[in-house]
This record gives sequence, structure tokens and C-alpha cells, in this order.
Amino acid sequence: MADSADDVLTSAHVLEYPYSRSVGPVIGAFLTGLRDGKIIGATGSGGVVIVPPTEYDPYTAEPTGEMVEVGPEGTVESWAWVGTPAPQHPLETPFAWVLVRLDGAGTSMLHVLDAPSPDAVSTKMRVRADFVAEGERIGRIQDIRAFVPAGSA
Amino acid sequence: MPRQGHRPVAVVSFAQADNVRRELRRNEVETLMPVFAEVFSNIGITKDDVGFICSGSTDYLAGGPFSFVSALDAIGVWPPRTESHVEMDGAWALYEAWVRLQEGDIDAALVYGFGKSSMSDLSKVLALQLDPYVLAPLWPDPVSVAALQARSLLDAGKATERDFAEVAARSRKAALSNPKAQVAYDRNVAELMGEDYVVSPLRTHTLPPITDGAAAIVLAAGDKAFEWAERPAWITGIDHRVETHSLGARDLTASASTTKAAEVAGVNDGTVEVAELHAPFAPQELIVAAALGLGDDVLVNPSGGALAANPIMSAGLIRIGEAASRIMDGSAGRVVAHATSGPALQQNLVAVLEGV
Repeated sequence: MADSADDVLTSAHVLEYPYSRSVGPVIGAFLTGLRDGKIIGATGSGGVVIVPPTEYDPYTAEPTGEMVEVGPEGTVESWAWVGTPAPQHPLETPFAWVLVRLDGAGTSMLHVLDAPSPDAVSTKMRVRADFVAEGERIGRIQDIRAFVPAGSA
Repeated sequence: MPRQGHRPVAVVSFAQADNVRRELRRNEVETLMPVFAEVFSNIGITKDDVGFICSGSTDYLAGGPFSFVSALDAIGVWPPRTESHVEMDGAWALYEAWVRLQEGDIDAALVYGFGKSSMSDLSKVLALQLDPYVLAPLWPDPVSVAALQARSLLDAGKATERDFAEVAARSRKAALSNPKAQVAYDRNVAELMGEDYVVSPLRTHTLPPITDGAAAIVLAAGDKAFEWAERPAWITGIDHRVETHSLGARDLTASASTTKAAEVAGVNDGTVEVAELHAPFAPQELIVAAALGLGDDVLVNPSGGALAANPIMSAGLIRIGEAASRIMDGSAGRVVAHATSGPALQQNLVAVLEGV
């Protein structure tokens, strides 16, 4: 069957799931931290700091404990270069997805790295969180605009 | 035969729809109807011969809550029949049916999975299965998540980009003999390595096709299996495990959940002749094969696997069907089937099937 079948009636169907969620004490603290320009993790079993924090340790399922500040610098653990960003992606220009292990954290966090080309990106490179301006942050993951190479302006 | 304490249950029939990029004329019910007709007529039974029906699909594709209920119209469930559904690949519906058959009061079940990927943008739909607070708002698409996993594999020295291309070349070549394959070709590794990156380090050949499709399996217990099939594919072990949803808290180069499921299913309690692995992205096949502990002598994905056709919500069930078919057609005596769900191999199901 051809894709361009003129006799097939099609129409757009826009679907939304407009749920309101309560984020709770742990993710809530993380998002509130972002609003304040800080990255907060939760201490899991054996003292491993989990970032982004979860209410339960992902390995032992024990409740997590003390919330601690990590970063804002960290190390790239893995990356993937997006040469053609999609409209829904956080950056309009080519960028890298990165898993960043923030200083003080025992797990990695997914975000985007604003870098000029894949040649400027490598595993183990040092990066830092670049927050959107104070007053424009509302307590969401996008309060971090992107990560940028550490030491850059 | 089944492990101690389990009622013997076997795959006795398997059918799948044509795997196509875009099924414009048939809706889900119309896609499923010929699949059900085939899966029943293979063994000369009707819908009235199964005591339980279980399906796997996702409402996010059709864009309506409980849209899976309408798929039952393809069976015509009158008089009423016990029915269930999982918002997962049909492989997990098969698991539920296997558990249901352990109860002992019914002897057969119909399992199916279906999905029309073409009705929506999978790069958006599959981003919505991620954590809704810290991941989904960034819209990481499945290719990007798989690329992060592939990079980890390269960095760890566990594979090369050439290894990825070899998986793709072998799978698509095997697919040439699979009449249901959507993507099949005979191209050498060097040629594939010359392709551009989609999201580096993944080139076009490492990606699965986007597929509309459906599949169905009939399970039968005990004597009923021998009544309906000459060589039932007995499920001698089956298990599934899940890992954390937090991508950065996992070792993406390994699959702990696959290894655990394989251990419980007893994969290495005997020789594995054929393995059908649900590894949508080429690098993932290397991870799954290692996690299962498969030797070099195992024939992996003679169907071409998910790289040949990746119908959402049935590609895992098809792995079980393809593996079972190797038993039913007499070409193998002991096979392994694997299905995956979630980002970067988050959740995995492993089944061992044997002839008698």
C-alpha cells in the first residue's frame, strides 16, 4: 500500500494529559533547590548521594535520608550528539545529551550540554550547570538552561 | 519439561500481521482480525476454545483512554470471557496468561499485542514513559537515550562501532528469509559504517524501523497442548525483572535485570540453540547476549529481530513466537526468547522454550 493514498481520510488529533501532580518532599526539595539556583541530592544507602533525588534508594529500596547540595560542576559520564534538534528539545542549536555526575553525587543526571560541536565534547570532560536568570526560575528541570564546559564564560 | 511446581504450558500457535511503516487502511481491529483467524486456524480451534484473553498495547498511540478495549471487537467476545490487558508489550501479556494458566481451571489462553506507531510521533510518545519531573520535560527521544547507552558501551571498551554495524548487517541479512520483515538487505559492514550519524554514536543502520503491526499466540496447558500441536514449544522457564527508572543510576553497559531473569528462567541449565532477542537498537543486542551468557555458537535472531521489524507493543511477543516456531517446526530443541520494555533496556523478560 502506498503512503500517499489520496482516498484515505486523515485528520489531526491533539492529545494532552493535563494532570496536576504533587511532587512530594524529595523531588519537591530538588525542584525548589533549582528555583534557588542549587542542585540538591538525597543521601541513599551507604551514603551514596542520588541526583536527581528519589524517595527510595534505587538499589536497596530503603528510604533516602539527608538532602545535600551537589555541583554545580561535574563530570560527563556519557554523551550523545544531536545534530538536528527537534522542536521539543531544550536547545534550538545542535547540542549533546549528557549524563553528568555532579561533584558530590554518586549517580548521574541527564541534561543537555551547550557545546559548539561534537569535537568539543568528550567523556570525563568537566562541565557546570548554567541556570536561567534569578526571577525567571520557577522550580523545574529547565531552570538549568543547559550544562556548559567548565571554565567557559 | 517445566520446572518443578509449574503446570506445563506451551506455545501452540503463533501469527503476526505484515509489518509495515504505515498502515493507512486498517485500524487496530481490522489489523488484528486476520491475525486471530490465522492463529486459531493454524491449530483448528475457535475463540470458544480459549478460557482467557490477555493483550498488550498502549493507549498513548491511539490517544484515548481504554482504547485497548475496542480491540476485543476483533475477537467478538460473546458469551463474555475473562480478559485482561497490560500497558506493555504483549510478551508481558503472555506472562500474565502463563500465570493465569497455573491456576489449573482453564487449559488455553489467547495472547496478543498490537500498535500503530504511525498514528503519532514515537520520539515524543516514548519520551513520556520517562520520569515526568526530571526527564520527560527535556524530551529525550528513544534514539538519544539509546545513543547514550551506546556511548557508554564504547567508552567501557565493551564494543566498537564496527560491532554495532556487524549486528545490523547480520540481522538485516537474516531478515531476507523472513517474509514478515520490514527492513531486509545484504550490505557489508564497511558500507554501513559509511552512513551518517542520526544521533552520534548511532548511525542509521543501528536504529530499528518504525512499524505498525500486531501478533498473537495461543498458549495451551498439559494434554491440550499435545491435542492441538504436534510439537508444542513448552515454556520451561519464564521471568521478568525491572531496574530503576533513573538512567544515571544504572550501569547502561550491562543488563542486570536480564541476567537475573535468565537465572530464574534457567537459561544456562542446558544448551541454547537459538535465541530471539528484542534489542531494538543494534548495540543493545550485544548487551542482552552478554547478560544472558550466550555462547558464540548460539544462533541469534534468525528472524532478523527488532532491527527487521519493530512493531511497538508486539515486537517482544514476536520474539517468543519466532523462538517457539523453531521448536514447533522441529529445527531446534531448546531456545531462548527475550523481550524488553522501557528506556535503554530498563525491563526485561526471558523465556526458555523446549520441545519434548
